Amino acid sequence: MRVDRDPKTAKGSSVTAASSLDNHSGPIVRVVALRKQVVSPEGPLVILDDINFTIDRGESVAVVGASGSGKSTLLSLLAGLDTPSAGRVWLAGADLGELDEDGRALLRAQRVGFVFQSFQLLLGLTALENVMLPLELAGQPEPRRSALDLLERVGLKARARHYPTQLSGGEQQRVAIARAFAGNPDVLFADEPTGNLDQKTGHRIVDLLFDLNREQGTTLILVTHDAELAAYCDRVLELDDGRLQGETRKAEAR
Amino acid sequence: MAVPETTSDQAPMAYWLTIGRMALRALARDWQAGELRVLAVALLIAVASVAAVGFFTDRIQQAMELKASELLGADLVVAAPNLLQPSLTEEARRQHLQTAETLNFRSVVIAGEMTQLAEVKAVGPGYPLRGALQVSDQPFAPPRIVADIPEPGQVWLDERLIQTLKLQVGDAVELGTRSFRIGQILAYEPDRAGDLFSIAPRLLMNLADIPSTGLIQPGSRVEYRLLLAGEPAALEMFKTTVKPLLKIGEKLQGVREARAELRLALERAERFLHLAALVSVILAGVGVAIAARRFAARHWDSVAIMRCVGATQPLIVRLFVLELVTLAAVAGVAGLVLGYVAQYGLSGVLGQLISRTELPAPSWFPIWPALATGFVTLLGFGLPPLLRLREVPPLRVLRRDLGPVDTRLLALYGPALLATAALLIWQAGELRLALIVCAGVAATTVVLSLAAWGLVKALNLLRGRVGVAWRFGLANIARRGPGSAVQVVALGLGLMALLMLTLVRTDLLTSWRSSLPADAPNHFLINIQPGEVEGIRQFLRERGLSSVELYPMVRGRLTGINGRPVEPNDYQDPRAKRLVEREFNLSQIERLQEDNRIVAGQWWAAGARGQGVASVEQGLAKDLGIALHDTLRFQIAGQSLEAEVTSLRSVEWDSFRVNFFVVFPPSALAAYPATWITSFHLPAGQKPLLAELVRHYPSVTVLDVEALMGKVREIMDRVIAAVEYVFLFTLAAGLVVLYAAIQATQDERRFESAVLRTLGAQRAMVRESLLAEFATLGLLAGVLAATAATVLGFVLSRHIFDFPYQFNPWIWLLGASAGVVGVGLAGLIGARSALRQPPWRALREL
Ligand SMILES: Nc1ncnc2c1ncn2[C@@H]1O[C@H](COP(=O)(O)OP(=O)(O)OP(=O)(O)O)[C@@H](O)[C@H]1O
Ligand SMILES: [Mg+2]
Repeated sequence: MRVDRDPKTAKGSSVTAASSLDNHSGPIVRVVALRKQVVSPEGPLVILDDINFTIDRGESVAVVGASGSGKSTLLSLLAGLDTPSAGRVWLAGADLGELDEDGRALLRAQRVGFVFQSFQLLLGLTALENVMLPLELAGQPEPRRSALDLLERVGLKARARHYPTQLSGGEQQRVAIARAFAGNPDVLFADEPTGNLDQKTGHRIVDLLFDLNREQGTTLILVTHDAELAAYCDRVLELDDGRLQGETRKAEAR
Repeated sequence: MAVPETTSDQAPMAYWLTIGRMALRALARDWQAGELRVLAVALLIAVASVAAVGFFTDRIQQAMELKASELLGADLVVAAPNLLQPSLTEEARRQHLQTAETLNFRSVVIAGEMTQLAEVKAVGPGYPLRGALQVSDQPFAPPRIVADIPEPGQVWLDERLIQTLKLQVGDAVELGTRSFRIGQILAYEPDRAGDLFSIAPRLLMNLADIPSTGLIQPGSRVEYRLLLAGEPAALEMFKTTVKPLLKIGEKLQGVREARAELRLALERAERFLHLAALVSVILAGVGVAIAARRFAARHWDSVAIMRCVGATQPLIVRLFVLELVTLAAVAGVAGLVLGYVAQYGLSGVLGQLISRTELPAPSWFPIWPALATGFVTLLGFGLPPLLRLREVPPLRVLRRDLGPVDTRLLALYGPALLATAALLIWQAGELRLALIVCAGVAATTVVLSLAAWGLVKALNLLRGRVGVAWRFGLANIARRGPGSAVQVVALGLGLMALLMLTLVRTDLLTSWRSSLPADAPNHFLINIQPGEVEGIRQFLRERGLSSVELYPMVRGRLTGINGRPVEPNDYQDPRAKRLVEREFNLSQIERLQEDNRIVAGQWWAAGARGQGVASVEQGLAKDLGIALHDTLRFQIAGQSLEAEVTSLRSVEWDSFRVNFFVVFPPSALAAYPATWITSFHLPAGQKPLLAELVRHYPSVTVLDVEALMGKVREIMDRVIAAVEYVFLFTLAAGLVVLYAAIQATQDERRFESAVLRTLGAQRAMVRESLLAEFATLGLLAGVLAATAATVLGFVLSRHIFDFPYQFNPWIWLLGASAGVVGVGLAGLIGARSALRQPPWRALREL
């Protein structure tokens, strides 16, 4: 990954919650007694219950589990995209429960990349514009050049001017991944990043993810059904019906 | 999904039942999923606003007519030169109308040595059916309202007759072969007709006394009048049944035909109410069209999926038609109820100004245009986009690869636009108004579309550079291209309609207020001899009435136009006949009177003297067929006078100022015997001055029109209040509809806001970008709307309302600020829910 790792200078002086934690060296993610409950048409529904774990900087972690076991929900809570019903989440040293919406947004802008299971690209923007978005939000210089770089890395430079509806599912997924990389995040959440990709492209994306992990020390937290990808990670967290079932740690360091 | 086939062997009944069930299920599903809420709310509000404005204007109009009918003494009058046919009275009884009879004729009244020609009016029991008589015991004393008519054996004389004959209450007068006692001084009668100062003084008596006077013989020139009052529907029935029965000379008169001074005001008010109804239809159309477009866009996927699983196009069409029709029916009825309640609440608030007893219950007519507006706009704008998908393969639908729309836009929405135009024509009450408004709306739409397209093109330059906050917002306008254009057109049309109504209202009120100002003349002095002119001017000046103008008045008959003799029988129109029969008042004037306006030709230069030219009032010119540059011949005191018509004037007959049909330059009439006339405003406290004046100048007659003017002013106040309230009501309803329309375009923005926030955008930034986007759209829409409203307002004031156009630059400020502030705020409020929730939840809810 060629994106230069000196983003903090560009990240604005209004940064408070996050910048004070710049040199924080504890775990990048810490989860205590996390619980998520929603009200569904059939009454209250517990999606996640009593989740506890920590993830260190630079780790790569796979979250696995059956469909509907709560993986996406967990990711959304870790990234501060939703609020838990109970329990606490620390992200990059900040207690998410103590930040307001804007505080969490700021933290995301500076440290988090997120690949949605359903991509969530803006349909009115071209692929390039979608990737530029987080760069612009973070106030980075030359967003267009960086975004084109990123698109090249996911193999879509030629499709930069295309709109999401003109791209295949896998291509949209790669744009979403490029967008997640764009913020040059400390931690990258990806919900089934290779779900729609053929093996060859899938491998390229996985390589990309782990390059980032290696070169920049980016923490990777991936939801996947792909056993091969899971095996690639330092740790595997298994969810079963909203509960953390087991944790497998890779024996030898890669 | 079970998909019924349209095979011919299938029983149609069963087929339709299945479709009906499916449509209802789709409706229920869409409702639960929240898909219908925006559409239903827009529809509800639209129907409610059209209905409420309709109900309300209907009631106001009825109230106005009722109030105005006080100046006719009835709702409707049958006037006849002979005894009224008994069948008329019978028909009135059958329709349960109240009736009263009057008889008018001219006769000489004798008091001792003195005689005077008077207009005698004999009235029967029940008179007047609307309004009330006012009497006093002494000339110039404050009048009081009475409920009775003169008892048999008594007569009531007006001030003028009392003055001329030098009589008092209690004295005796002779009329025909009988003597009567003067019971009261008649101060005000509701149906005193027309030309205030040229007709003879008035005597009111009981109809039962007529035979004993021996005055009415076969062939006497009399006018019988049957006064009628009752429910509007019954009156309409009466009119239609009676019209074919009327003999020559018999005619029906409503208040408009009888009272020139109110006709114009009532007509303008009615047109304004129609305009308000049109505005409510335009806004409702815009609101529902926008929401229906959204509904269609959100159902593209389900159409595609249904086709993927084998549903045929006709089936899909029937399903959606049924679903939308059901929705239109349910939301429409709910809207009617809401509209009814809204106008009811409003008329409660109005209680003080237009008392509840005077505000008749609304009729049911307004429900039809309201419902039709809902149906037409919902189906017209909701279905075509879905129908268009027929030619697009389902997979391309799912991928939103729909191909260009623009070229077929007219074909797509053409039927809806035509139907909406038909609605407008229906609501306008007159074709000319409808056509002007339709043309205005069409032209505005074109201008708005072009401007929006230009804006999108211009902002496209910002696209590459996403940027923060406002730059992102502006770039978004370009990105949404067609969506932005639709929004500009919708907002612009809505604002244009409201601004146009604002402009017309302002002009209308200005013209009314100026036509009858607080210091409008309330007294006339007539029969002033030339030798008394200076004395009276002096007299008035000494008492603080300095700017009083006196005019010479010469009576003359029109005997020829362009050398061709003029006879009463040349004319069909009874008014024209009467004008030719009678002498009318001529005068000589140097400067054009304040309330006159030249409509053709030119007024003579200052200092012009002598004969040869004349200026004619346009209404008279029209009735008698006089054109500019015609040569008129008058017979004045046995001599004839010829003059070329060099100008036509409009005159405000409702201004209570002295006005003349035909005027000449100064000294043109010097050779003829003249009396002078003047009018002035006398403050209430200065009444005693009149008695003093009459003592000094016994031959001068004072005409006090204060009571009549008070009545006219009272009616005008009601009409003004009505216009104001209808205006405010339409404005409020329109703003609600526009707000709903803005909310219906928010989906994409809500989604974007949520995604932006997952990427780390702060709420303030999202808000700023939304504000930039909305404010820009609003500004463009507002400024163009103001321009369009100005043009349309000009055309309307010229061709529909007929008042002098007043340029109003404030309208741009109003339009621009309504666009920026209003639309910006509405946009932010709509985005609030997406901004308040955590982004994950916001994304899930979209
Ligand atoms: N807002 C909500 N209302 C009702 N149920 C919800 C809501 N959010 C999530 N769920 C339910 O919670 C469960 C977990 O959802 P989640 O999306 O986290 O599953 P997942 O593990 O990501 O599944 P998949 O592998 O299929 O993506 C599901 O059964 C889902 O239906
Ligand atoms: Mg999931």
